[in-house]
Amino acid sequence: MASALINVPAKAKRGDIIEIKTLMSHIMETGYRHMASGEVVPRDIITSFTCRFNGSEIFRADLFPAIAANPFITFFTTATESGKFEFEWTGDQGFSETASASISVE
Amino acid sequence: MRFSGAIAAVLLIANTGFAAEIPQAERRSGHDFMKPDTKAMQDEDTANPGMLWVLDGEALWKRKQGAANKACADCHDDARTSMKGVANNYPAFDKTTGRPIDLEQRINSCRSNHQQATPLPFESRELLALTAFIARQSQGARIETGSDPQLAPFIAKGRELYLQRQGQLNLSCANCHDDNWDKRLAGSAITQGHPTGYPLYRLEWQSLGSLQRRLRACITGIRAQAYDYGAPELVELELYLMSRARGMPLEAPAVRP
Repeated sequence: MASALINVPAKAKRGDIIEIKTLMSHIMETGYRHMASGEVVPRDIITSFTCRFNGSEIFRADLFPAIAANPFITFFTTATESGKFEFEWTGDQGFSETASASISVE
Repeated sequence: MRFSGAIAAVLLIANTGFAAEIPQAERRSGHDFMKPDTKAMQDEDTANPGMLWVLDGEALWKRKQGAANKACADCHDDARTSMKGVANNYPAFDKTTGRPIDLEQRINSCRSNHQQATPLPFESRELLALTAFIARQSQGARIETGSDPQLAPFIAKGRELYLQRQGQLNLSCANCHDDNWDKRLAGSAITQGHPTGYPLYRLEWQSLGSLQRRLRACITGIRAQAYDYGAPELVELELYLMSRARGMPLEAPAVRP
């Protein structure tokens, strides 16, 4: 039951600086913890986050075990034209999730 | 003589101020004690991680379950209208068991009786998700728990437990949450213990959790033996705390540090 929450302004003026906020559901298990039986809990984290705007990459982040569960990633960009933001999270154990949001720039 | 006098003085101090209830006008939600960044996290739906569980709960609400092959939505329709004003009345009196039950127990009783499905374990992602989704529909509504007169004896029992000193530290809930809520325990604010935002996302847990989880953590903190999930004592304590917070707005899903 993975799910994402995305906050992108629906409208912006050309040249405006806009904030993009993303929240992804993930346990971010570090791989450093042990079970009661002594076995290591296998690492299960998101390793990469990317944002593309109309096909070209505008933001990328690498994630590591010290990052908390349900990573909240925000960044700024300049509104240049109307289009679509595409978000992608990939990680351990074949984790892969996508989301998208549109903006209209006047 | 001097020594016994000192003991008497200590006992006197320990006894004063016991169970001084918080006046209505001075009641504050845990939200009030938080830093601005944590408040901002709770206040915006796309930044509040509790909303991830609400989204999951919305999907579960529509999913057919159990031998009856029924979804919650098949009986209750759109939760946005049918579940509005529900969570702010829980724990509520359950006619079949003659006892108060909390929202999690209500969901599970619906599952066993109407969906003929197995009850969800306490603190499971599914149960928290459904609870959060239902509670979200009453966000902003005033807490009304305890208005049913049948609940009175159970509220009294919950209050008794709230005032009961227990554990190796020999503390009652009231010692901190009625008498010392304006102070700090180590670096953390001692709040007034109004459960206005459950189920809520605790940054410490990195997860959503129920009020029962919170109560068990507090009981372990005073080094007493915590009651099992679903124990009548925990539900009575939940009931007392919610009736004590009557009139305050429900914040679920809240965020706490």
